[in-house]
Amino acid sequence: MPNTKLKRVDIIFSEDCVYKDVLADNLKKSNEDILKDILDSGLRGRGGAGFPTGLKWKFTSQETEEEKYVVCNADEGEPGTFKDREILTRVPLKVFGGMAICAKVIGAKHGYVYLRGEYQFLKADLEKALEEFHSFVKELGFDFQIHILMGSGAYICGEESALFESMEGKRGEPRNKPPYPTISGFRNKPTVINNVETLVYAFMICRIGAGKFHELGTTDSRGSKVFSISGDTPIAGIYELELGMSLEDFVEEFGDGDTKAVQVGGASGFCVPRKKFKDTIIGFEGVPTGGSMMLFNSSRSMYNVLKNYVEFFEEESCGQCTPCRVGCQQLKKGIEAIKKGEKSAHYLDTLQKLADTMKVSSKCGLGQSVANSFSSIVDNFREEMIY
Amino acid sequence: MANTVKLNIDGIDVSIEAGKTVLDAAKKLNIHIPTLCYHEDLCVAGNCRVCVVEQEGVKNLVASCAMPAQDGMVIHTNTHKVRNARRHVVELLLSEHNADCTKCYKNTRCELQDLAGEMVINEHMFLDLVPDKNYTIDNLSPAIIKDDSKCIRCQRCVRTCDELQHVSALGVAYKGEHMKISTFFENPMYEVVCTNCGQCVIRCPTGALVEKNYLDNVWDAIYDEDKHVIVQTAPATRIALGEDLGMEAGSIVTGKMAAALRRLGFDSVLDTDFTADLTIMEEGTELLTRLKRALVDKDPTVKLPMTTSCSPGWIKFIEHMYPEYLENVSTCKSPQQMFGALAKTYYAEKRGIDPAKIVSVSIMPCTAKKFEANRPEMRDSGYQDVDMGLTTRELAVMIKQAGIDFKELPDEKFDSLMGKSSGAAVIFGATGGVMEAALRTAYEIVTGREVPFKNLNITPVRGMEGVKEAAVKIENVLPAWSFLEGVELKTVVAHGLTNANKVMQAVKNGTADWHFIEIMACPGGCLGGGGQPIPTTPEIRKKRAEAIYREDAGMAIRKSHENPEIKQIYEEFLEEPLSHKSHWLLHTHYQARKRE
Ligand SMILES: Cc1cc2nc3c(=O)[nH]c(=O)nc-3n(C[C@H](O)[C@H](O)[C@H](O)COP(=O)(O)O)c2cc1C
Ligand code: SF4
Ligand code: SF4
Ligand code: SF4
Ligand code: SF4
Ligand code: FES
Repeated sequence: MPNTKLKRVDIIFSEDCVYKDVLADNLKKSNEDILKDILDSGLRGRGGAGFPTGLKWKFTSQETEEEKYVVCNADEGEPGTFKDREILTRVPLKVFGGMAICAKVIGAKHGYVYLRGEYQFLKADLEKALEEFHSFVKELGFDFQIHILMGSGAYICGEESALFESMEGKRGEPRNKPPYPTISGFRNKPTVINNVETLVYAFMICRIGAGKFHELGTTDSRGSKVFSISGDTPIAGIYELELGMSLEDFVEEFGDGDTKAVQVGGASGFCVPRKKFKDTIIGFEGVPTGGSMMLFNSSRSMYNVLKNYVEFFEEESCGQCTPCRVGCQQLKKGIEAIKKGEKSAHYLDTLQKLADTMKVSSKCGLGQSVANSFSSIVDNFREEMIY
Repeated sequence: MANTVKLNIDGIDVSIEAGKTVLDAAKKLNIHIPTLCYHEDLCVAGNCRVCVVEQEGVKNLVASCAMPAQDGMVIHTNTHKVRNARRHVVELLLSEHNADCTKCYKNTRCELQDLAGEMVINEHMFLDLVPDKNYTIDNLSPAIIKDDSKCIRCQRCVRTCDELQHVSALGVAYKGEHMKISTFFENPMYEVVCTNCGQCVIRCPTGALVEKNYLDNVWDAIYDEDKHVIVQTAPATRIALGEDLGMEAGSIVTGKMAAALRRLGFDSVLDTDFTADLTIMEEGTELLTRLKRALVDKDPTVKLPMTTSCSPGWIKFIEHMYPEYLENVSTCKSPQQMFGALAKTYYAEKRGIDPAKIVSVSIMPCTAKKFEANRPEMRDSGYQDVDMGLTTRELAVMIKQAGIDFKELPDEKFDSLMGKSSGAAVIFGATGGVMEAALRTAYEIVTGREVPFKNLNITPVRGMEGVKEAAVKIENVLPAWSFLEGVELKTVVAHGLTNANKVMQAVKNGTADWHFIEIMACPGGCLGGGGQPIPTTPEIRKKRAEAIYREDAGMAIRKSHENPEIKQIYEEFLEEPLSHKSHWLLHTHYQARKRE
């Protein structure tokens, strides 16, 4: 590696631990101790929204309902993201281990892995790992079972409440919030839903201690994260890096020397142009990402990039709410009309306002985040939209 | 006060029960927030987003219909941000909408149009998306038209059909730009499980789901000198029609309705209430006969419990969902169809009119009655027994078209021969009414005494509870009915098909020991029918019910068997209940249907 400004981390995939020992040790600990560790570590959800994992577990543990669930969100559908697949392939037992520790803390007897439909090919291996896992928890006398459910192939089913609907055999449409899953999730019971990566970090924090994790990263973004790096880069792939790096350092290492923009966080994330690389921090205080980092060099048309994203949302919107369903169609048709000269450049301002409305009035995170890529690309590459 | 929360809306403090929403709290303050997907009878969807408001301390807007009111909330319903968002939402809906208002059945009666009007939209902000959509119109059903180009995807219809009716004929298909309201495999409404109840129609805010109207056909018949056009009006029309003509919910307009019909040019203004009384005679006798066969003859083939059959939505429901129980359904036709069959036989004979020249029109609170009139088995007179079934709403349209000042009309009476009725017939319009009417008559036939309820009001079967049970002990019977001595007649009443389904599940599981079941497809009974004035809410249905019981209480005759025209028709034409002739004209059979 020519440049080492970015700190490589080896937590997720590290082989220096036996999951059985970690699990056996932690199931003996008190719930309070585990919760304290997760809270102290500063771990925030790796699925996108970045909610503090410790708090999520704590809220759910405080619910008095008899029936509770832990759900692993493995629907990984964000364009440019493929890190959960890697994790599930290489360290499935750590994922299950994280679910088991969570189950102990909140008092759940059943866990579910909601696996992206396209990852059907992982299922057989996961089932095999699960068999081993089940026989081990049985040995430990811990009453917990994990079930694998296949996703329906819709991106929106990765949104937690749509995911529960889908698990319940209904159409994957997001629910109203509140209530939040910690109170009313799967089958309207208190539920912890975490991303695959979040669960593994939780598991590893129980192994290495909150301090080791907390040392890494920045005040708002503790620890490390698995990145899916793609686009115009000579070294595409999966990397576990410390959080809080500047985009400039990132591009220096992963770019091809001609990087004009980086899309941080996939279609629902932000596009950062070259002139802002220096001041952009990758993390919750700057530009957050669920893991996807896509680099574009100067041969790319940002109009095409944007059109692809908008088309993606137009198709993947569940269609239930007005701002998102119709807004996506208008954004797509609108930029096409401007490009063709059927609408004046001023119409871009109307579309920007529409994107703002989508952000504040859509029912779920999908519609709310369309404006992220739309506005950041239009703001920074306005000429490319028009000419 | 533990169960109330305090919040502030537009600078005003308000307390409200915990569990209520911001929208409820705003209503309490008489602050109007526009809504489209919200409906009082249904679960909250929160999908149209037109009801958004600003909550202090929250970045995004919140949907007031879905947001629980919480202590300390500070809400603003009229800010720049809110106004922009609502405007955008309506503009977006219109951009997807075939807003051809002047050619739309819901013109002037449409929630989307009202909202666009409120916002004063002159010029469209966004591109017109309609030309690229392959919208379809399904007008094959004789009862309901579904026009996707008018649909705003609020899913009120889907929730209605699922939550209230347990039918789920309508669902959401596809996603993104293609998302639409669909039937099983996108088959026409006519071919799927749809019961034609029209509950979706009265909750659809736009012209996407409407009744098939027969206005022109009726006008043509009226203007045709050669035709003798008679009209019958169902029990529940007279307590609701006024709502569509500028009157309060709960207004009784029986006399004005008769006057209006006469002014519209109908040759004879008659009453379905007459055949409601007749239904009691036939159905009551059928029940007693079944009981005798079961209790005395120990006939194992007799089917009990017996269910009512006057709600065609219920008939289609059981044909699809519980075809194995079709023999439990009374063979009596609905009052509409009894009337139709008699119109072109008994009435024609008595009045000396060629039945081929009679056009028989019905005014119904119901859309399923349109389907029923078109059933192939409903031609026992040798003609289609009922030619056109109109809804209460269509009658209101005709009255307006004719320029009649409805509120100022004098009260007039129905014409005679099939125009007289009892209070027992009026209450057919409310859930529990058929049961009450049947008990008033059957109890008296069997014991020679009036039912043991004060003022004949059998209150246990009244009211809006979904499933109501009542038992009547039969004692000191007349000699002919000795087999019923001491029997406790067990009955149950359900309204809305979700409740009907609960009752049928109990029957199926063998956990029920009822003898007689009344089922009405619509919430509240016919008074909440799919052909009634829009809107429908629990409050409006309550007022309609009160009006029905007021009308009953004010009638001179309150028992079906005391209706003089009923006595007359048995003497002059039918001979006796369940006679050969009544079997021919007044009874029918059903057919099993697929469940998809
Ligand atoms: C449209 C949409 C798609 C989403 N897809 C995923 C996904 O594929 N995987 C995931 O973990 N979270 C996804 N999320 C986020 C989840 O709703 C939820 O926040 C997350 O699973 C919580 O886990 P965490 O706290 O561990 O991040 C998505 C959110 C939205 C709005
Ligand atoms: S924002 Fe989009 S995906 Fe989310 S509920 Fe609305 S239509 Fe569905
Ligand atoms: S549904 Fe309403 S807005 Fe649409 S065309 Fe009809 S009247 Fe106009
Ligand atoms: S008419 Fe009744 S059964 Fe048919 S779709 Fe509408 S609500 Fe459902
Ligand atoms: S048909 Fe009517 S009720 Fe159903 S979604 Fe469309 S507009 Fe709403
Ligand atoms: S009325 Fe609240 S979202 Fe539709």
